[in-house]
Amino acid sequence: MADVSSIDTREYEAQFGDYVELLKPRVMRLVVFTALVGMLVAPVPVHPVIAFASILCIAIGAGASGALNMWWDRDIDAIMKRTMGRPIPSGRVQPGEALAIGLALSGLSVMLLAVFANLAAAGWLAFTIFFYVVVYSIGLKRRTPQNIVIGGAAGAFPPLLGWVVATGSISVEPVLLVALILIWTPPHFWALALWRNEDYKAAGIPMLPVARGERVTRRYIFGYTLLLIPVALAPSFTQIGGIAYFAVSLVLNVVLLAGAWRLLKRQESDRDADNFRAEKQFFGFTIVYLFVHFVMLLVEATLRAFDLSITALPIWF
Amino acid sequence: MAIQREHELHSRRRGRNVAMGLILGGLVAMIFAVSIVKLSQSQSEDSTAPNYVPATAGASE
Repeated sequence: MADVSSIDTREYEAQFGDYVELLKPRVMRLVVFTALVGMLVAPVPVHPVIAFASILCIAIGAGASGALNMWWDRDIDAIMKRTMGRPIPSGRVQPGEALAIGLALSGLSVMLLAVFANLAAAGWLAFTIFFYVVVYSIGLKRRTPQNIVIGGAAGAFPPLLGWVVATGSISVEPVLLVALILIWTPPHFWALALWRNEDYKAAGIPMLPVARGERVTRRYIFGYTLLLIPVALAPSFTQIGGIAYFAVSLVLNVVLLAGAWRLLKRQESDRDADNFRAEKQFFGFTIVYLFVHFVMLLVEATLRAFDLSITALPIWF
Repeated sequence: MAIQREHELHSRRRGRNVAMGLILGGLVAMIFAVSIVKLSQSQSEDSTAPNYVPATAGASE
């Protein structure tokens, strides 16, 4: 019988928390929230136990793709300040462990979701993991300055997953929610990239400010903000939206547009003078912007549930 | 064969093992709970089952 002492004795023993960190818990929280909203606004009610189990599967699937992403990106994570403390570059978890955990949890989450919810939801979860790991991390992240536009798509799927768990199929509402996150992601991340530029430069990732310069990035942020406004307002005119969503969305979009305009007009001297204050503010606001949009969808769903919604808005989509 | 000696590895990995045990226990509990819910929901496949309702054809819930 093999003796336990033959098991490799590294200086540091990976603790459970290190493995949890592989799953990117902060991203998971966002995934749980948006998937839950997608599920709750869907016209088909879901049993609470099924809802809990399904959301857990979606969260684990997202976590698994995070682990696979950390496994693939371990070389550049070690260079960038923002990521050098991650479990693999800091030496707490071995790359092989991350790969094994990522693959195992991917398979498990997809299979369990198929059993708990339906095959369509499981298929979309598998596609989301594939998209994030293979298309984004392995394929595009290091090749094109538009990487974040594609990568945003993977982060955009959770509300659709929640919707499909409830209904078993796709319709225009979840597609609009996906579009909302998809188009929101580039300005959100490019604002961050503006002051994290040195990091990405060091790691050789062609983030837009690295590849095309700061001026172009500011123009892109403004352009995507313009594109985002109609997409963010559109759910008002579906069965999941309403006047409350529309009113709040309108205010948020005006503030966002003003912020993007301010970034567009800023020169290098401005941002040096206040150490990227406007960029950081804009980045912070984008998070509030997305969060409040989803909260308002929940508010609309609650109003509908209690028959309190004002049916002043036509349903166009 | 039971492990006779308490190895240093056992204490080193205690946290991980306890957490793993809790997760596996939770997984079993969750699958059990979902099974109970699914079995008590109406279904349209087996007409001899007590939860048979023809109108739910195609519905996943």
